[in-house]
Amino acid sequence: MADMKIGAYLCKGCGLGERLDTAQLEMIAQREGKAQVVKSHDFLCNAAGVQMIKDDVANDGVNHIVIAACSRRSKTEAFNFEDVAISRVNLREGVIWVTPEGDETKELVQEMAVDYVRMGCAEVAKMQPPEPNPNHGNNKRILVVGGGLSGLTAALESARTGYDVLLVEKTGGLGGWLSKLHKRVPSREPYADPQDTGLADLIKQVEAEKRIKVFLNSTISKTSGAPGQFSVDISTESGSTATENVGGIIMASGFETYDINKLPELGGGKSQDVVDQAGLEQLAKAANGGAIKRPSDGKEVKSVAFVQCAGQRDTTGKHLAFCSGHCCNTSIKQAMYFKDQNPDVDTVVIYTDLRTPGNGEDFYRSAQKKGVIFTKGKVSEVVPGAELQVKFKDLILNDDAVAKADLVVLATGMVANSGIDMEAQLLAEATERDEAKKAKDAGEAVAEKQEKPKGVSILNLTYRQGPDLPHLKYGFNDSHFICFPYETRRTGIYTCGPVRRPMDAVQAIEDATGAALKAIQAVENAMLGRAAHPRSGDLSFPTFRREGCTQCKRCTVECPFGAIDEDEQRYPQFNESRCRRCGTCMGACPVRVISFENYSVDTVGSQIKAVEIPDEMDEKPRILVLACENDAYPALDMAAMNRVQYSAYTRIIPVRCLGSINTIWVTDALNSGYDGVILMGCQKGDDYQCHFVRGSEMAHYRMSKIDDTLKQLNLEVERVTTHEVAITDIARAPKIINDMAETIGKIGLSPLKF
Amino acid sequence: MSDLNTKMVEKYRNDFLKEVEANVEEGDWVKMCMQCGVCSGSCPLGPHWEHPPQEIFMMIRAGKRDEVLKSESMWMCTSCYNCIVRCPRELPITHIMHGLANYAHRLGIAPKMNPTRRFAKMFWKNLTAGGRVNELKLSIRLYFMDGFASGIKKGLEMLPVGLGMLKTGRLNAFGLLGGGKCKGADGIHKMLKKAEEIENRRKGFAS
Repeated sequence: MADMKIGAYLCKGCGLGERLDTAQLEMIAQREGKAQVVKSHDFLCNAAGVQMIKDDVANDGVNHIVIAACSRRSKTEAFNFEDVAISRVNLREGVIWVTPEGDETKELVQEMAVDYVRMGCAEVAKMQPPEPNPNHGNNKRILVVGGGLSGLTAALESARTGYDVLLVEKTGGLGGWLSKLHKRVPSREPYADPQDTGLADLIKQVEAEKRIKVFLNSTISKTSGAPGQFSVDISTESGSTATENVGGIIMASGFETYDINKLPELGGGKSQDVVDQAGLEQLAKAANGGAIKRPSDGKEVKSVAFVQCAGQRDTTGKHLAFCSGHCCNTSIKQAMYFKDQNPDVDTVVIYTDLRTPGNGEDFYRSAQKKGVIFTKGKVSEVVPGAELQVKFKDLILNDDAVAKADLVVLATGMVANSGIDMEAQLLAEATERDEAKKAKDAGEAVAEKQEKPKGVSILNLTYRQGPDLPHLKYGFNDSHFICFPYETRRTGIYTCGPVRRPMDAVQAIEDATGAALKAIQAVENAMLGRAAHPRSGDLSFPTFRREGCTQCKRCTVECPFGAIDEDEQRYPQFNESRCRRCGTCMGACPVRVISFENYSVDTVGSQIKAVEIPDEMDEKPRILVLACENDAYPALDMAAMNRVQYSAYTRIIPVRCLGSINTIWVTDALNSGYDGVILMGCQKGDDYQCHFVRGSEMAHYRMSKIDDTLKQLNLEVERVTTHEVAITDIARAPKIINDMAETIGKIGLSPLKF
Repeated sequence: MSDLNTKMVEKYRNDFLKEVEANVEEGDWVKMCMQCGVCSGSCPLGPHWEHPPQEIFMMIRAGKRDEVLKSESMWMCTSCYNCIVRCPRELPITHIMHGLANYAHRLGIAPKMNPTRRFAKMFWKNLTAGGRVNELKLSIRLYFMDGFASGIKKGLEMLPVGLGMLKTGRLNAFGLLGGGKCKGADGIHKMLKKAEEIENRRKGFAS
């Protein structure tokens, strides 16, 4: 590694030259920041400015760059230099856009800019030019688990983009649920009639695709490794096992229908003539266009009642709490099976809310035209008999009513086939242990149990964090249904189709295509030793100082992505390719031995220390803001674009995630005389928006213990606050800062200024 | 109960929706209602209906024949057309309401004393007699619909309006003596008779 040579480049464009004393900033960068090369430019982000920096890197040996211009979120393409460490000093959005113009404030504004330049120089001095992860894999093959519509689509899309695919299917044939359908909900204009499933053609395409290798009657018995270097054992029914290497994994393991026997009050399991939607597809397939006959006596069905939301959208906690999304369209389609064959068959759909996503509204209208009756009502009971009685409450007429039918179809909904939920099991085991302990304490005899993961695992991951992907909600595998779809909490493994969230065929196709693209992104980044997402392309990766590690396991436990295992000596073992670079491990480490080349306890710590704390007599407080770079920092940037002002005593440091905040930073800041510390992260909890799933939650938890530290230092607890800030909180984020300034005004400056 | 009503009950058994589709003006639209309730919410008289249009459509589908046909509800419609304009499914709701009222009247099971029905009958009689509406006679009949005393009272209340109309030539006092008939009243009578025949034949009302 060559000697460090810092180059500081100051921009005078966008009004920076007029508002700030650039000459003084240059001097600060040179004297205090120890920058060997200091240059200013009227328009740093134009071709000439960028070329100036490039020339210095090429000819002058500059390898650490400080760019004092706009926010690190602006001009990222212009200021993109390879193989150097870069610090962006935010003088535009961070200083001149958030402070009032004029002579009165000129001094304060200049102080703010000077501090930011000091911070930038201090940060870059602690950074190393990042180098790609040397342990990266170079396998670009993609494994698709599940041969249903989602899996087939994902395989086909990946193959056509130029990637080899292994397609593993548990059963003896491709097609999944689609192969069990008589017809599908229409996907084309005029959305009026059920449509052929198109499965035969899809399978033909997959079989004709040379890049796809299909394994039937097979399951995954072991998955280990990381993106770009997964090793997968594929076991066939006959007992043979093949070990294959793949770069990325798409899990499309689909769903099961909710067990109809759990709905005895609706006749489930009590009468052969009460079937679920899958059961009706079977009957329709058997009839093959002829009159549908009911199971009990083979009588042609003359009247049929569809019960929507059977065991779904349940508020009692007994059944599924969610809406499966496809069932209304499916029931409409199935009612048409009857009406198209014989318009005299009475078909009634009893619904509470008819939800027809996609172009389902046209399909619904078409069913009404065909004479399907839709009744808004809540079914309470289905009485079995030769003629079934569906008792329901008519919600429009507010009246109890009975519909008689030869056949009743229950829309039971989807249950994700998502494998073992390790977190839920650990929680259950912990409660069980607690209860056993209580029982033991109470003198009762308790049988010792050998705990083993319950259920059937799909991927059989060898990660210490469990054999399957963590569940998000209701057993579905995802990280966030809206913000980061497909991304599970295991890097390089993506889910699509109904295992991710309930959906219909059209959505599953779209989903599979999306997941294929995510998998491709992951393998390509892994090839180059870079992070997959959300810090796509980040070269840095965490390392730890072995001699300092106390093997406390906090990093391995708290890593939201299962990127850290333990080696034989129980030291953490980083799987760099699995890592998302959030730094949650760095924030967790009590002995601070974990760091990234360009982001460490030191890079932030030195910035905190670089700020000059004015003497108590000056009455100039200092507020430190540690803002998550994903939501809070852009919110503050946008506030600046809207010229929302906040206290000029503020010094903001972006962090990768609130989870990466090591409490030492807060303690250091308070010790060195900061008057207030604000932490801004993303929404936590069940409806979290944290890009790293648990970072914000972890930080809030850690900060809940900061009060003790404050009391030890004899400081008011109000001096440290933690907030959940969304990217849209453009007015709120500056207000939080101003509120802190006001609080400091009330409680006075910190006594710890030296 | 009329013969026609018994006949229709027998013909359609319990399928009231089919009966409505076949016999009520624009009745085949009823099945297209999606129960959003915009019609009921838009009706200026909405709160006064026993069963707003949304409910009537539901009742038809639920086979509540007597409740619908004997109801006063559809007689409440003032033909403001708000519901038609707003219906997302483009149902001709106003027409269906009038169609239902008319059908109930034809079957002889519409509420006898419903004022709208009585006025409609008066209007029809007045109009068809001469082929043109005699406004003076129609208003006098309307005022005296509920007896002599209340007729005098209503008449006195409306006296200033009537005098104003006389003064500006909007009301012909000689209307009381008759006149105002159109030239070919006989022809009109014939046409109406023929139309009724055709309708009866088409809807199967003829005995």
